[in-house]
Amino acid sequence: MAVVETPTSAPDAYRWEGNIEELRGLVSERAFTGETMLLNMGPHHPSTHGVLRVLLELDGEQIVNAVPDVGFLHTGIEKTIESKTYEKGVTATDRMDYLSPLSNNMAFCLAVEKLVDLDVPPRAQLIRVVCLELQRIASHLVWLGTHAIDLGAMSVLLYAFREREKVLDMLEMLSGQRMMGSYFRPGGVWRDITPDFKPTLVNFLGEFPRAVEDYQRLLEKNPIWVDRTQGVGVIEPDRALAWGMSGPTLRGSGVNWDLRKSMPYSGYEQFTFNVPLGEHGDVYDRFMCRILELWESMKILHQALERLEDKGPFRSDNRKFVPPPRSELGQSMEAVIHHFKLWTSGFDAPDEEVYAAVESPRGEIGCYLHGTGGNMPRRVHFKTPSFMHISSLPLLTQGHFIADLVAIIGSVDIVLGDCDR
Amino acid sequence: MPDIAPARDAADALQAAMPEALLDCHSFRDETTLIVAPAQVVDVCRFLRDTPGLVYNFLSDISAVDYWPEQERPERFGICYHLLSMLYGRRLRVKIYVAEDESEAPTMTGVWPGANWLEREIFDLIGIRFSGHPDLRRILMPSEWDGHPHRRDYPLGYEQVQFSFNAEEIMKHKPFARE
Repeated sequence: MAVVETPTSAPDAYRWEGNIEELRGLVSERAFTGETMLLNMGPHHPSTHGVLRVLLELDGEQIVNAVPDVGFLHTGIEKTIESKTYEKGVTATDRMDYLSPLSNNMAFCLAVEKLVDLDVPPRAQLIRVVCLELQRIASHLVWLGTHAIDLGAMSVLLYAFREREKVLDMLEMLSGQRMMGSYFRPGGVWRDITPDFKPTLVNFLGEFPRAVEDYQRLLEKNPIWVDRTQGVGVIEPDRALAWGMSGPTLRGSGVNWDLRKSMPYSGYEQFTFNVPLGEHGDVYDRFMCRILELWESMKILHQALERLEDKGPFRSDNRKFVPPPRSELGQSMEAVIHHFKLWTSGFDAPDEEVYAAVESPRGEIGCYLHGTGGNMPRRVHFKTPSFMHISSLPLLTQGHFIADLVAIIGSVDIVLGDCDR
Repeated sequence: MPDIAPARDAADALQAAMPEALLDCHSFRDETTLIVAPAQVVDVCRFLRDTPGLVYNFLSDISAVDYWPEQERPERFGICYHLLSMLYGRRLRVKIYVAEDESEAPTMTGVWPGANWLEREIFDLIGIRFSGHPDLRRILMPSEWDGHPHRRDYPLGYEQVQFSFNAEEIMKHKPFARE
């Protein structure tokens, strides 16, 4: 019988020796004496919702310190947009927050429209609102499914994705793409709604309330869910404000701030809807805020559907910024010139700076845009909600159990593409 | 409901309280920009946050912009603090200019702790140091990265697409992206 030699040490490829001294200042002194344990969570961990790495300092099961490490998904989107004309930049913004690409489009388009002073026809604004609310529903459904699966409720994910698929089908009808549609363009939207869009939306609004009721029945009073979420990850309102939180994460703490209500854009002031608010600022309140937002989105969609006419302008007719429709190219020399000009060099924007912000499903997406006087921006900067929320993760998790960390990460609804850009 | 002081104009209020800090005021498309002295930007922001009638309580964003290669501007970098007053529902931009040879600005983390990562991002991508920042490390780029990618003189690199006919040729100079 051959004697198999037991290896005395791991092969070199598996040997990983980090320099613990690099962590001085990030973790407490107790970690250096071995009193607390350092544990690496992520970047490939399903409950970090992407590629977030968190270095945890643990005292038993309790979190002493959490050091988030981001940047794994940094793709230089802002840098890319600096070398693109304004209309092409829209395509890059889709890839930031990949669960709600249209909100990113909206922030960027609003900034461009502000910079060049371009008006958007009311019907185009209405189409945008319909898209944004559909996108909010789609994004909240992914959040709901993944948040529930993190906490062990497996079935919700399947139900949520079933409805999300219907929303994505509708977005595909509009833009030809399920997710990265780049449907919004400076001055309006890419093309008109298709004839079968409205009937599909009516159909969806008819059956969606039952689905939401189902989700609520599954979780709202579920004793395990309530035990895992109530009183966990409490954020006080003043701390939430100081740390720059926004969206449902801020509203879960009871701060009544929704950009759609407080600083309306794209005609949101014409809609009647409520802003759901939490009371305690814990995981459960943030969960309820988002669930109730699904109902509010449905309200907005119902109102928008009433007003949305089948035919009408869907983008500005300012030919200096928006290309003419295909049908004009055969008849008008002027149209050919505009078409050529806009698709080769694009339009020029002044050497000025603007800031535009929209309420995305996650919070405030702000777009800072600085023109050069030429056809490409000097600087684009996106303030993204996930970036701010992850930065406050140490604050949220200190003193909690490691199992609650998963609940907290899920409840602030982070998207790493949104964070790293 | 406590009494809410009537809204005041930020530029006027600042001019009255800290005239030496306010360098210029600029308005474009209903957005007001206050250009202030870099050394006093923290005090200015604290003043804007705490003064009744202004109450810019929320820091929306900090973005930095690189004006390279424009020669007529004295300073190369600009840093914009986008403040938001939730009480009065309005925004304000506070801007400072930073010269390339110092590349340093005071940190805003004492006023809004949320500025922490926003400043780290600027340090990482533009290369402006924030004095007094508690944890100034790179955030989006790897820690050993050389240079600051969002500077305007930093080239936009790309990699050639590999096909079977040119795969070997590309592998020879693989780690280096083309400029």
